[in-house]
This record gives sequence, C-alpha cells and structure tokens, in this order.
Amino acid sequence: MSDQHLQARVASIIALGDDALVLGQRIGEWCGHAPTLELDLSLANLGLDLIGQATLFLNYAGELEGQGRNGDALAFRRDVYDFRNCLLVEQPNGDFGRTIVRQLLFSAYQRLLFESLAKSADSRLAEIAAKAVKEVSYHERLAADWVVRLGDGTEESHNRAKDGLAWNWRFVDELFAVDPAEAELLTAGLMVDRNALRAPWDRIIGTVLSDATLQIPPPVRGVVGGRTGRHSEHLGHMLSEMQFLQRAYPGASW
Amino acid sequence: MYVQEVKTASLGDRPVPVVVEDPARLAAFEARVAADEFVEPKDWMPEAYRKTLIRQISQHAHSEIVGMLPEGNWIGRAPTLRRKAILLAKVQDEAGHGLYLYCAAETLGVSRDQMTQALLAGKAKYSTIFNYPTLTWADMGTIGWLVDGAAIMNQVPLQRTSYGPYARAMVRVCKEESFHQRQGYEAVMVLAAGTPEQKAMAQDALDRWWWPSLMMFGPPDDQSPNSAQSMRWRIKRDTNDELRQKFVDITVPQAEALGLKIPDPDLRWNEEKGGYDFGTPDWDEFFAVVSGEGPMAHERLTARREAWDNGAWVRDAAMAHADKRTARVAA
Amino acid sequence: MSRELPLWEVFVRAKNGLSHRHVGSVHAADARMAIEGARDVYTRRLEGVSLWVVPSDAITASDPGEAASLFEPAEDKVYRHPTFYVVPDNIKHI
Repeated sequence: MSDQHLQARVASIIALGDDALVLGQRIGEWCGHAPTLELDLSLANLGLDLIGQATLFLNYAGELEGQGRNGDALAFRRDVYDFRNCLLVEQPNGDFGRTIVRQLLFSAYQRLLFESLAKSADSRLAEIAAKAVKEVSYHERLAADWVVRLGDGTEESHNRAKDGLAWNWRFVDELFAVDPAEAELLTAGLMVDRNALRAPWDRIIGTVLSDATLQIPPPVRGVVGGRTGRHSEHLGHMLSEMQFLQRAYPGASW
Repeated sequence: MYVQEVKTASLGDRPVPVVVEDPARLAAFEARVAADEFVEPKDWMPEAYRKTLIRQISQHAHSEIVGMLPEGNWIGRAPTLRRKAILLAKVQDEAGHGLYLYCAAETLGVSRDQMTQALLAGKAKYSTIFNYPTLTWADMGTIGWLVDGAAIMNQVPLQRTSYGPYARAMVRVCKEESFHQRQGYEAVMVLAAGTPEQKAMAQDALDRWWWPSLMMFGPPDDQSPNSAQSMRWRIKRDTNDELRQKFVDITVPQAEALGLKIPDPDLRWNEEKGGYDFGTPDWDEFFAVVSGEGPMAHERLTARREAWDNGAWVRDAAMAHADKRTARVAA
Repeated sequence: MSRELPLWEVFVRAKNGLSHRHVGSVHAADARMAIEGARDVYTRRLEGVSLWVVPSDAITASDPGEAASLFEPAEDKVYRHPTFYVVPDNIKHI
C-alpha cells in the first residue's frame, strides 16, 4: 500500500468519524433542554449512537495511520483545519425545527452511505457500517416523523421547519461531493461513491417534505469546505469547548 | 437521585378542603399498609396519603429533571469519547427516572403538565444539591460517587414503598442507577491517581460536595415533622439521621482509599457506636437553599422554563398534526 | 395553556415466547410518537424485542371496590387445580 493510498484511506475514515463526532457533540447540547422529556431521551440516544460511531471510526483511523494516535487523540488534539467533517453537522442547533431538519438531511445520507459501506472491501469498515446502519435508520425515521409533524402542524411550526430547511440546505451538496483523493479508494471498493447516493437521497427527502407540506428549497450554490478543513466559524467554538480539558492538562489521563 | 421530603404548597392555588376520612376505611387502610401490602392506583386511600405521595414523588421527579442540568453542563467538555458517552448516558437516565416518577405520580390523579407548571412557578421543591454549581470535571465524578451514592441509599428502601407504581418506578430506577455511582467513583479514582493538578481538582470537588451530600438526607429527625406519618405509611422506610449515619460510615473508607480528605474536622471513628462521629451540616444554608437561595437556583429554574417555553410550539405542532390526521382518516 | 400530550401505556415483550408486560407510560400526540418515546425511554438496555402502546383512556379497569365479588369466589374452587386429585404414585404420565 502506497503512502498516498494509506493517507487517503485514513483521511476518508477520519471524515466519517468527524461527521459523527461533531453531530454527536451538537446533539449533546440538547440534553436537559428538549421540548418534551421523551424527546430528551430520544435525542440523547441519537447523540450516544453518534459518539459510538465516532469512537469506532476514529480509533480505526488511528490504527490504520500507525502514528500512535487513538480516537481520543484525533478528537481532542486536532485543530479546526484538520477536521474533515461536512459543514452541515457543525451548524448550530438553532431551534428544534432546525435541529431536526438537519438530522433528517444527514441521517438519510448516512443511512444510504452505511448501507453501501457495509459492502466495502475493507471488512473492518464494513463491520462498523453494518452496525451503524441500524442506528441511523432509526435516526432517519425519528427525524422524518418530526419534520412531517412540524411541517404539517401549526403555521408557526411550518414556518420554523421551513426556516430550518433554508438554513441547512446550503450544505447538502457537500455531502455528496467526492474528494479526488478518494478515486483510488473507490476503484478498490474500499469507499463509497457518494455521488451515486444523491438520487435516492433526493427521492427520500422529496417524499418526506411532500408529506410535511414543505417545498424543496430552490437550488442554491452549495457551501463546501469541511472536507478540506475549510470550516465555518462555528467549529472553532465547538472545539474550544470540546477540547478544553485535553488542552488545559496536556498528557493527563481521564 | 433523591429529594429530601420538604413541606411545600399544594398543587394549584385552590384552598384545600379538609377531608374527614371514614374511620373504618382508614383503619382498614392503615392495617393493610402496616402488613406491607401494596396500594394500587384505583384503591381507596386517605386523601392525606394521596397528597403526600404526589408531593414526594413529584419532588423526586423534579429533582431528576433539574439534576440533569449541573451534569449536562459538562457533556460538551467531557475529556474523552468514553467519558462523554458515559456522562450523556447518565444524564439521559436521569431524564428517564424523572419520567418514570412523573408517570407514577400521574396514577394519583395529577398530570405531568400540572406538576411541571408547579415546578416552573417555583411552587414545587427539588433536591437542594442541584442548586450548587459544577465547576470542574472532578465534579462529574464526585456527583456520581457522593450524590448518586446518597440517592441510592435513599432509594433502595423505596423499592418496597407502599404505593405500587412508586415502588415499581423505584425498582427500575435502582436497577439503572447502579452504574451511576460506580462510574463516578471510577472517574474520581483516575483523578486521585493522576497528576498533582488532577488530584487537587478531586480534593476541591470533595470539599465542595461533601456537606451538600449530607444534606441530601434531609433535616435532622427532630426537625422533620412528617417523618413519623411517612414511616407509618411506608413511603419512607428509614429516618434521615439513620441514613446519613450509614452514608458517612460507608463513604469515609472510600475517600481514604482514594487518598482524599473529608472536609470535616470533627470526623472520627466512634468505637462504642461502631460508626463515625461527624460535624453538623450548616442547616441555615440548607433551609435557605430549599427556599430557592442556592447559588444556581435561578439558573436552574430559568433553564427549565426556557426548555418548556421553547418547546411549546413543538408540542402544539404535534397535537395539531395528530388532529389533522384524525380528521383526514374520518373524512 | 396548550393541550397536554395524551398519555399512552407501554407494554414490552422482553423476548419472543413471552407476553408483553406493562412497564410504564409516555406522553405522545400520535401512535408513532408513542412508539418512538417508548423505544427511547423503556428499551435503552435491551429490555425488549417488541412494543405495544395503548392510549391510557382506552383501558377499562375493574373496580377495586368489586374485587371481592369478582375474584374471591375463585378461592374455594380448589377442584380446578390438579393437586386436588390424589393419584397413586405408581401411576405414571398423568
């Protein structure tokens, strides 16, 4: 395996881990503040699934990399420009409408991705994806049900769902963008061609939005950059919170 | 977690009618309870029993819900992925425990919304300990160790409490809570064996949480007027001072094993009684915190009010959508 | 004040072969929301493989005041129980 090939593999797995980690961190912010007690438990379950996925992906990426970094080192000791998550997941929670729309957009993508990834030639990755696909299918269901309730609920909830959609829609294109560095991985059957996921994703989202009496937003110029470390301002603040202890007490064990 | 039972205004502002119970029914009820039989929701029960239970169970539920906030404060800053997952799962459990308890109280004829309103209006009490701030990561471990430890001590006997739904909720709570104390102690253990800074952090947390933890068992027995009746009704099974003594006796060796010092100059082993003598908590502070003067009391209630108010449109949307669906099916 | 979300009773089947058992309740506006609430509240620790949710107000309970007339008459029907009958030890398979 060439160095470049290895680097591309590691980077693509780190991206999977970073997506889960950053969204898990965001969802964790809801804990204790959700609209109902039941939703507090549901959101925490989502967060726990995502942190679990992040742990598996990042630990694996660290092993593959072979530089002695584990999941914690990757999560807590990289700076913004080394994070590879998409911009969608780092978006602030906003209200519940914005949060749950983001969840739908991302979970539907993640479900399609993991279904394909479960057939990866990388058996370890396939194993993680096969476990995670069950989790994210539920996330997708929960989010879709709520988007429908909000969209087809009251006038206020409809408008809030619409605003949430408008906020998050800018970041959709990035989900399906294929990094040129990944070309070799696709040929080797190690990674998934995200481009191919777009059409089924559009169908899924179209159905949910139609049930929710919401319009698919007009095409916008997609905002991209997360996969190459060009993030929004939001990520830095998240990291300053998330990484505080590891930064303040270097070398300590927890 | 647990709340010491504190007398509080009844739900709502209606004047409470004085109920005169049928002496024969009352005697039969007392006999059943004395024989350790369970009382179930639709069974006849004295009005005072029902009211006391609603107060105790809802205070207990409120404590779980408000208790999410001080620990939730550190989910975003948990130092490793493992600790983050553990903390989130633990705080989630507290939401679950609050929910089980609200459900149990609802079988007594009060709705969750009514109980929530009482909390948000500042009319209901919750455990005073959650009005203290969580300042460092060591607070997470220390709360698990001490606060959940004290809670378990209070809750285990409540699994045999006379009211069936409450007892069943407590069985579930106790089963789930067994991990809370262990993860807390383990987290403190790592700090105590860590760098000098970490050990100092652990000692500081113990210094701050020790006395509030002792207060969790409620005021001294001679200042706890409802205790006798609650004990007779099997909705309380040990006195506050008995539980406090038991807690001190098991916790002191745990602190010693960590190499941490309990911040009580009066603490010493009493061979004769086979337990520790210890200092008196600052009961003035306790009663002040009970009446809403805790350092974080305003923040806690404000956070709960905001969650409730900000969630109103979501709950309304769910109801409106359900109505639309029902109407569509009917059409 | 807004309308309160209705109450649902939750029943969990711990594993196939066992009956669903009442475990508690949740508040939800519709049945799917109740299932999701029940899933996230009551099956976080592998407690079940199947859920039932029933609107609480759809349950009719017997009146505890009538417990004596409903249930105590069964007390003296000992002949319903197999141990009521004496069969010699040497008779097998019965």
